[in-house]
Amino acid sequence: MKLSASVLTASLLGTVVATLLVIPMMLQWERPPMDSQQLGYRGLGMEQITNPRIAKTLEALNKAPVPDDPVENDGVLVKDDPENYKNVQVLGDLDTAQFNRLMNSISNWVAPQEGDNAGCAYCHNLENMASDELYTKVVARRMLQMTRTINTKYATHVQQTGVTCYTCHRGNAVPANVWSMNPGPKQAGGFAASRNGQNLGGSAVPAYASLPYDPFTTLFAPNAQIRVVASTALPGGTGGSIQDTEKTYGLMMHMSDGLGVNCTFCHNSRQFSSWKESRPQRVTAWHGIKMVSEVNHSYMDPLATVFPDNRKGPMGDTLKVNCATCHNGINKPLYGFSMSKAYPELSVPNP
Amino acid sequence: MMIEYQNIFTRVQVHGPVDYGVPMKPGNWPREQGTTTNWLMGILGDSQIGPIYLGTLGIASLLCGFIAIEIIGLNMLASVNWSPIEFVRQLFWLGLEPPPAKYGLGLAPLNDGGWWQMAGFFLTASILLWWLRTYRRARALGMGTHIAWAFAAAIWLYLVLGFIRPLLLGNFSEAVPFGIFPHLDWTAAFSIRYGNLFYNPFHMLSIAFLYGSALLFAMHGATILAVSRLGGEREIEQIIDRGTASERAALFWRWTMGFNATMESIHRWAWWFAVLCPLVGGIGILLTGTVVDNWYLWAVKHGVAPMYPLDLTAPVLDPAAAAQ
Repeated sequence: MKLSASVLTASLLGTVVATLLVIPMMLQWERPPMDSQQLGYRGLGMEQITNPRIAKTLEALNKAPVPDDPVENDGVLVKDDPENYKNVQVLGDLDTAQFNRLMNSISNWVAPQEGDNAGCAYCHNLENMASDELYTKVVARRMLQMTRTINTKYATHVQQTGVTCYTCHRGNAVPANVWSMNPGPKQAGGFAASRNGQNLGGSAVPAYASLPYDPFTTLFAPNAQIRVVASTALPGGTGGSIQDTEKTYGLMMHMSDGLGVNCTFCHNSRQFSSWKESRPQRVTAWHGIKMVSEVNHSYMDPLATVFPDNRKGPMGDTLKVNCATCHNGINKPLYGFSMSKAYPELSVPNP
Repeated sequence: MMIEYQNIFTRVQVHGPVDYGVPMKPGNWPREQGTTTNWLMGILGDSQIGPIYLGTLGIASLLCGFIAIEIIGLNMLASVNWSPIEFVRQLFWLGLEPPPAKYGLGLAPLNDGGWWQMAGFFLTASILLWWLRTYRRARALGMGTHIAWAFAAAIWLYLVLGFIRPLLLGNFSEAVPFGIFPHLDWTAAFSIRYGNLFYNPFHMLSIAFLYGSALLFAMHGATILAVSRLGGEREIEQIIDRGTASERAALFWRWTMGFNATMESIHRWAWWFAVLCPLVGGIGILLTGTVVDNWYLWAVKHGVAPMYPLDLTAPVLDPAAAAQ
C-alpha cells in the first residue's frame, strides 16, 4: 500500500511540473477550431488557416472608411488662381473645389484630432497657408507624389484598388506599422560575441522567431538579392548563404504576419523558389517588394533632412514602409475597399 | 498481480547488498566506494547509485564540456548586456553564431564567431573524450563495445554538421549555431536553401530508421513486459534456452504478422536501426551543398518528385525574368 501511495505522489508531482512547464507555452497558442480554405491542388497542404475569433477583431480594426461627398467643380484650376493658392507645387492642375475637398480629407486621414496642432494646422501655418515652415507640409507634398507614383506605376501591385493617405495613416500622423534600422537592444560589446542581428526574444519582427530582426534594411534596398534557394540541382548555380537564407526567411515571416496569411498563400512550400508551382499572388507580392523598395528609397529616405529627430529611428534614419504599413494584417488592405476611386486626382501622373 | 505488470513505473526494487562489479585490472583507477540506494531512482531504473568511475578521461571530458557550456552561456548572457532576467526570459532565443563566410576556415575574431569556434572545439573534445571513456569502460568490464560504436554514429552526424561539411565547403558559416531556436531556425533555413531536405534520399532513410527505431522499441518493450509474468524479462538466457514466455511472444508475432524476431535478433535490429538513423542522416547532410545543391530539382531530374496539375490557362511566371 505504501509503495502505491508513493507512486501516486510521484505521478502527481510529475504531472504538476509538466503542467507548469506547458502553461506558459499554451498562453502563446490560439484555441481551436480554426477555419481552413483550400488554395491549391489537393494533398499539397496549400491552404489558408484563419482564426475566426481573430478575424472578427481584425474586421473591427479595418473598417472601410466613408469617403467625403463629391463636390461640384468650381471651374477654376488651382494654378489659375494665384491670388488664393500660392506655392501649390503638386496639385496645381486640380479644380479648386476638388483641391479643398482633398485638403479636408487629408486632414481627416492624417490629423483628425482636435487642438492647435491638428487638422489643417498639423501641416499649415494658419496665418500663411502657403508657407513651408512646418516640416509636415514638406513631407505631405512628397507623400502626395508618392501616392501618385504608387497608383500610376504599381498597378501590378495595387491593381485598380489603388491607395490613398488613409490606406496607411488611418487617422494617425505616423502610420501604426513602420520600421527603421534596428540595432537591437544593448549588448555587452567588447570581445563578447555579437548578436549578429538575430536571436532576439519576443521581437514582433520576424514574428517571434530568432531569425534576423531587421531583414528590411538590406532586403528592401534597391536590387537586393532576396532569392537564396539553389537554382540548379547540382552545385554551380546561384544561391545564398545560410545567413542570407535566414534573413529572407525573416522577411517572409514579416510578410506572412503583415498580411495575415500562411506561406502557402503564395508558395507551394515543397519548393519555395518554384514560380510555376506558386499562386499568382506571389507575383503581386514580388511587385509589392519592388514598390516598397522604391517608396523607401526615393521618398522616405531622402526626407531624413526634413524630419525632426523625434520622427526618426534610433539610427537617425526615417521611419519607413513595409508590407504591414498598408496591409495591417489583411491580405487586401481594408478588405479591398477602393478609397482611391473617390479621389481620382491621386491616381494621375505627377506633373 | 497482473496490474503489477501494467504499471508505467518499475514495481520491483531490489535492495540487497551493494554490487561493486567485477575486479579491476591494473592500470585502472580504483572505483569510488561511495554507493547509495535511492527509491525514486528505483522507480525509473536501478535503485543502486554508484560506484561511479570518473578516471582521467571522464574528468577531462567533463572539464571540456564545462568550458564549452560556459563559453556558450556567458556569450548568451553578454548578448543581453549581462541581465539575468533577460537571460532567463529570452533563453530559448539566445544563441552563439558561427563566423560569417568571409573568415573561411580561418580563426575568426572572438566577437565575430571566434567564441563559436572555441566552444565547438571544447564541445567536440568533450564528446570525443567521453566516447573513449565509453569504449575503455566497456573493455574494463570485459563487455563488447557496441555502446561505444552506437555513440560513434551520433558523433558522426554531429561532426558532419559542425566540422566535416563546413571543411568541405571551405567555411564555418555553414555550421550550426548554438542555441535552442537558433539551431532550429538554422535547420529550417538549411532545408530551404538546399531545395527541401525531404527530397534527400538519405534524409528519407534516416527518417525511416528514426521512426523504425521508435516502432521496434515499442514492439520489443511491449512484448517483454507482456510476457514478464511468465519470466520473459530473462531475455539473455532465453536467447539460447527458450522458455514459455519466449515461445508465446514469438507465437504472438507469428500470429499477427507471420514472422518473429528472436530474443537475440531483436536487439540486433534495434541496434542497427538506431545506428543507421544518424549514420545515413550524416551522409545526407554531407552530400548537401557539396554534391547536390537543390534536392527538389535533383528529385525532379531523377523522377522522384511528382508534378501536380497546374493551371495552364494562367501560368505563373517569374516576374524578374519577364522584366529582363
